[in-house]
Amino acid sequence: MSRYLDEFRDPAVARLMLDEITRLVTRPWVIMEVCGGQTHAIVRSGIDQLLPPHISLVHGPGCPVCVTPLEIIDQAIAIAKMPEVIFTSFGDMLRVPGSERDLLTARSEGGDVRIVYSPLDALQIARDNPSRQVVFLAIGFETTAPGNAMVVAQAASEGLRNFSILVCHVLVPPAMRALLDSPGNRVQGYLAAGHVCTVMGLAEYEAIAAGYRVPIVVTGLESNDILEGLLLLIRQLESGRHEVENQYARSVRPGGNPAARAMVDRVFMVKDQKWRGIGLMPASGLALREEFAAFDAAQRFAVAAMETHEAAECISGLVLQGLQRPDQCPAFGESCRPEHPLGATMVSSEGACAAYYRYKKL
Amino acid sequence: MCLAIPGKLIAIYQNAGLKMGQVDYDGTVSQVCLEYVPEIEIGQYTVVHAGFALSILDEEEAVKTLELWQELLAKADQLRDGSEPARRDDEPLP
Repeated sequence: MSRYLDEFRDPAVARLMLDEITRLVTRPWVIMEVCGGQTHAIVRSGIDQLLPPHISLVHGPGCPVCVTPLEIIDQAIAIAKMPEVIFTSFGDMLRVPGSERDLLTARSEGGDVRIVYSPLDALQIARDNPSRQVVFLAIGFETTAPGNAMVVAQAASEGLRNFSILVCHVLVPPAMRALLDSPGNRVQGYLAAGHVCTVMGLAEYEAIAAGYRVPIVVTGLESNDILEGLLLLIRQLESGRHEVENQYARSVRPGGNPAARAMVDRVFMVKDQKWRGIGLMPASGLALREEFAAFDAAQRFAVAAMETHEAAECISGLVLQGLQRPDQCPAFGESCRPEHPLGATMVSSEGACAAYYRYKKL
Repeated sequence: MCLAIPGKLIAIYQNAGLKMGQVDYDGTVSQVCLEYVPEIEIGQYTVVHAGFALSILDEEEAVKTLELWQELLAKADQLRDGSEPARRDDEPLP
């Protein structure tokens, strides 16, 4: 095995899978890929163009940067402008538009905003700067929650008093349920996010597949993983089955990663969560447990409630719900471009609008 | 934040009480926390998100997937060459 990459991108295998999908399909199906990494792989490799026309792929809300609500961005900016604060974040978040400005602008106006690649980097900055308050913008899905939980537990055990996190964690399965519940839903089958399931396992998906009679295939991120996931899903749809299948067995075990899950459960509790562009969804987010409340930046800096303003012409909410394609937005490529994004879906390396802008010749 | 590609573990060390490692992505080396994959060994591949290794890629499962694909390819080639009777339309690939 070398690198676990090229072997999973063999064009001859891709052709074979596409032929088999084409042979199997007898009627139209609407399939959602949940993960933003998969959206990018699909658009980059042109899978959406190569599938038979009966199959519509709709892109899901699986871009953590995109669904982080405006209030969190505005709170982050307010905290970042405080003179005692060193504000740390993944680079993706710096150009996401808030109500009036983004974090990059806050930095140019004097805020000490630093890009980190891991929450452990933020923790180290806190150790190195005992006279400053170090805040980490803790966003993401189930994939980043284990790391963010670990740094809070670590800060607690070290008794660090100058470290806190601004939490906006979102959970994938509740969003998958909410999309199926919505009156405009068109989704008939899911490619579930391979890395989310790497952490959480398969249990939550069994209930969704059975309850909604929707097949779910947990799928990896290489192009042939995605094609095999689609093939398994089409086989289920065409034969009227609705099971959970695991295409990505090289990374996903049925129980997920037990150590990571235990740490997330120790530090965080499930709460109702607002998603940018979608709204409030029950039990779809994480908050720090009471015993770790001292590490909650929103409390420490009292930035709880804020009035927000979303750009009126941006349709990213509809894009995130799979109701519109990025290129159906009148602002796409015009007033909204990666260098001047109106919505987060144009900023992030996992956003659907950014994928369309980068890879599609429109 | 969600780096989709696997990396290869090339070193293991301790830092501030945490099990850490160096992970090589085709020449770019990152410092990664290994606390969630304590049994990982040097040379194994791992999926990393935001500086934390979340799984050890299972070589056996990966090989199983690739072998299945190669079998399908071989079967399709045979069909194209006419060296086997044509497959019925309702007969699924193995």
